[in-house]
Amino acid sequence: MPTAARAARTALACVLALPAAALAQERPLVVRGARILPVAGPPIERGVLVARDGKIIAVGAEGTVELPAGAEVVDATGKVVVPGLVDTHSHIGDGDGGDRSEPIQGDVRILDAIDPRSDGFRAALAGGITTVNVMPGSGHLMSGQTAYLKLRRGRTINDLLFCRDVLRDVCGGLKMANGTNPRGESPWPGTRGKAAAMIRERFVKALEYREKLRAAGTDSTKRPERDLELEILVEALDGRRVVHHHTHRHDDILTVLRLQREFGFRLVLQHVSEGWKVAPEIAAAGVPASVIVIDAPGGKLEAVDLSLRTGAILDAAGVLVGFHTDDGITDSRFFLRSAALAVRAGMAPEKALYALTMAGARMLDLADRVGSLEPGKDADFVILSGEPLALATRVEQTWVEGRKLFDLSDPADRLFAVGGWRAVRDAPFDHHDGMEGH
Amino acid sequence: MRATLLPASLAIPAALALPGPAVAQLAVRAETVYTMAGAPLPDGVVLVGRDGRIERVGPAAEVRVPDGYRVLTARAVTPGLVDAHTVVGLAGLLNQPHDQDQLERSNPVQPELRAIDAYNAREDLVAWVRGFGVTTLHTGHGPGALVSGQTMVVKTAGSTVGEALVDSVTMVAMTLGPDVGRNFNNRPGTRARGVATLRAEFVKAREYAAKRARGGKGEPAARDLGREVMAGVLAGDLPALVTAQTAREILAALRLREEFGFRLVLDGAAEAYLVLDQIRAAGVPVILHPTMARHGGTMENATFETAVKLRDAGIPFALQSGYEGYVPKTRVVLFEAAMAVAYGLTVEQALAAVTIDAARIIGQDARIGSLERGKDADLALFDGPPLEHTTHVCAVLVRGVPVSEECR
Repeated sequence: MPTAARAARTALACVLALPAAALAQERPLVVRGARILPVAGPPIERGVLVARDGKIIAVGAEGTVELPAGAEVVDATGKVVVPGLVDTHSHIGDGDGGDRSEPIQGDVRILDAIDPRSDGFRAALAGGITTVNVMPGSGHLMSGQTAYLKLRRGRTINDLLFCRDVLRDVCGGLKMANGTNPRGESPWPGTRGKAAAMIRERFVKALEYREKLRAAGTDSTKRPERDLELEILVEALDGRRVVHHHTHRHDDILTVLRLQREFGFRLVLQHVSEGWKVAPEIAAAGVPASVIVIDAPGGKLEAVDLSLRTGAILDAAGVLVGFHTDDGITDSRFFLRSAALAVRAGMAPEKALYALTMAGARMLDLADRVGSLEPGKDADFVILSGEPLALATRVEQTWVEGRKLFDLSDPADRLFAVGGWRAVRDAPFDHHDGMEGH
Repeated sequence: MRATLLPASLAIPAALALPGPAVAQLAVRAETVYTMAGAPLPDGVVLVGRDGRIERVGPAAEVRVPDGYRVLTARAVTPGLVDAHTVVGLAGLLNQPHDQDQLERSNPVQPELRAIDAYNAREDLVAWVRGFGVTTLHTGHGPGALVSGQTMVVKTAGSTVGEALVDSVTMVAMTLGPDVGRNFNNRPGTRARGVATLRAEFVKAREYAAKRARGGKGEPAARDLGREVMAGVLAGDLPALVTAQTAREILAALRLREEFGFRLVLDGAAEAYLVLDQIRAAGVPVILHPTMARHGGTMENATFETAVKLRDAGIPFALQSGYEGYVPKTRVVLFEAAMAVAYGLTVEQALAAVTIDAARIIGQDARIGSLERGKDADLALFDGPPLEHTTHVCAVLVRGVPVSEECR
């Protein structure tokens, strides 16, 4: 790219990023008195967290951490502080991805459709969620590019994105699906075999496209004609963009692993309702799995063998396990409960907390930014009234990059936390609409 | 329901309601016994008789367990949970047309549809909720039609409807509001049309009952299975279970009740918090939507705190698993009660909403819902505080028979 154009783009990126930067607090912040569960290390009784300019500077026991002068001090005595939760699969934000024109639409970006002022983001903050992977639905083999969002108070989608420049950066993953949801009349696949063949064909094209790009090198005259979808698949093949693959049934999970082995893209398995049946295979593939925790099986054929034990079984097999809300399927405000039910079914509590935070961050390639309370990371944290998985525990405050964006004691925020008259005006994601379901 | 007051056609033949199998005598000892008939009992014992009924409940220090009784121990024991309104057993796990019998879409008014003709006692969802302590279901035709059909009460044990049955006809399920038109091609197309249609049905049922009652004088009216049931509602034999989520629909239901004098049970009632005074003045109980119900559609103004508001207003209420159209295919009242505690009920109040208060609203409190001598020995045994997320249900007894002994 010519230097001038690059400079212009960088300038544009800076402009776009400004609102978020301006939001970061200038005065240092000190949270003290709480039991801190940093996830990066053992619990700290009477811990102190220090942040400045939206980043964590120090985390430690009281007396071991230097307190900056002039800091805003939050007394969290008796509370429990955990990292902001990472939801690896959600449909908040009123967005949608591919339309009904064709089953493979990798060129579609959900960031072009998200409403940054959607009430769903405020409800998610009320659930302690600060980072979310907003995905298009699962009614396609490939429904589009997902968006990794930080739940800052945003006026534009740029205020919420992790990436700085939507034209140059990888701003999310790639949503794919198999099983029953993407089936249908032609051009949709009518069988599982056809579904896999269509995806293989597309990735073969992407391999060829990548070869042409490589052959052209820096000679722009030899470059192949731009293809918005193949460009994205090349990012996936190169490991720069993670494939988030909706899959429920044991054999569908293995099909995804087979495709992954053939093409080498980076992969996170999403839902994995029958993951408990193929835990050794998932572990052997070294592929992480984000589990949906549902109160009962059924509702669709491929979820009839869903088990609350999936998280525990995959974890025991050595799989990196995360959780997601799939909001509208479960409510963002009950995300902690998902982990609690996994613990009920045998997962260790510290593993469940890791799954809600650090595991999700790793699955989204954001582990350097979020997922634990460590110096250098974003100051995203949640102040809980008690232990994370206890029934009575409430999310009292949610902080994003050093700013308090949810406070249960504020009546306006409380409305989003509990619902009520005109609390939610979003059109809920329509999961009853046949193939557009999850 | 008072079966004796109903036409013979409504009552199930007694032979179908088989007695439970003879059970081994059994005792449950728990650190906390939630009898739901007074304060929780520390270190208590529940003795189960050979007839599957509770023989005695009392402190372990006072109740001697007779020789030969099998003793189960638990951290806590509660009455078997009562799901005050569900469609489980009519609605199945697969969510395919062949296992969805909770809503007949040929006509928006079909009171003649009996729940007993559609209940699958072997349905996997029945076993699922049973594993989480649910021993009684008030199930049947679901929301979504002006009059969708009848409901019934079953136990979650038994392999046929007859073995499971407690009450063959419990209520008549009705729904007000825009959800009905969506299911029936805009019949009715508006809220007011729906109410008008229901009023007409009640008027016709009243005329029908009068004609049938005239007996020998003139030509008796031919039997009409639907009108027969609606007449049962008008006579006070069967409550109308009216699903009404918004304040408008709740008030319409109260108006219908005032006009026709039937026994009303409000169902769903997402916006009940807006019309508490009116509900209380009418003396109508509420079977509240699941605590975790999604806030969308006619429930867009729902809150997690309506149970607390009903409690504070002194309105009797129970919790339900309700109806789910997708994933999960059912909710579990144990979990819904737990979340009601997270949003303000006490543990005992939430337990009451899925035991004795639920039993009272469905007319079965003489038989189930609390741990008292003579009641059915339906019990849920827990390895910790019953409503904590991480506690397990480790045994479930129906009429004194363990039906689940796996910690769930």
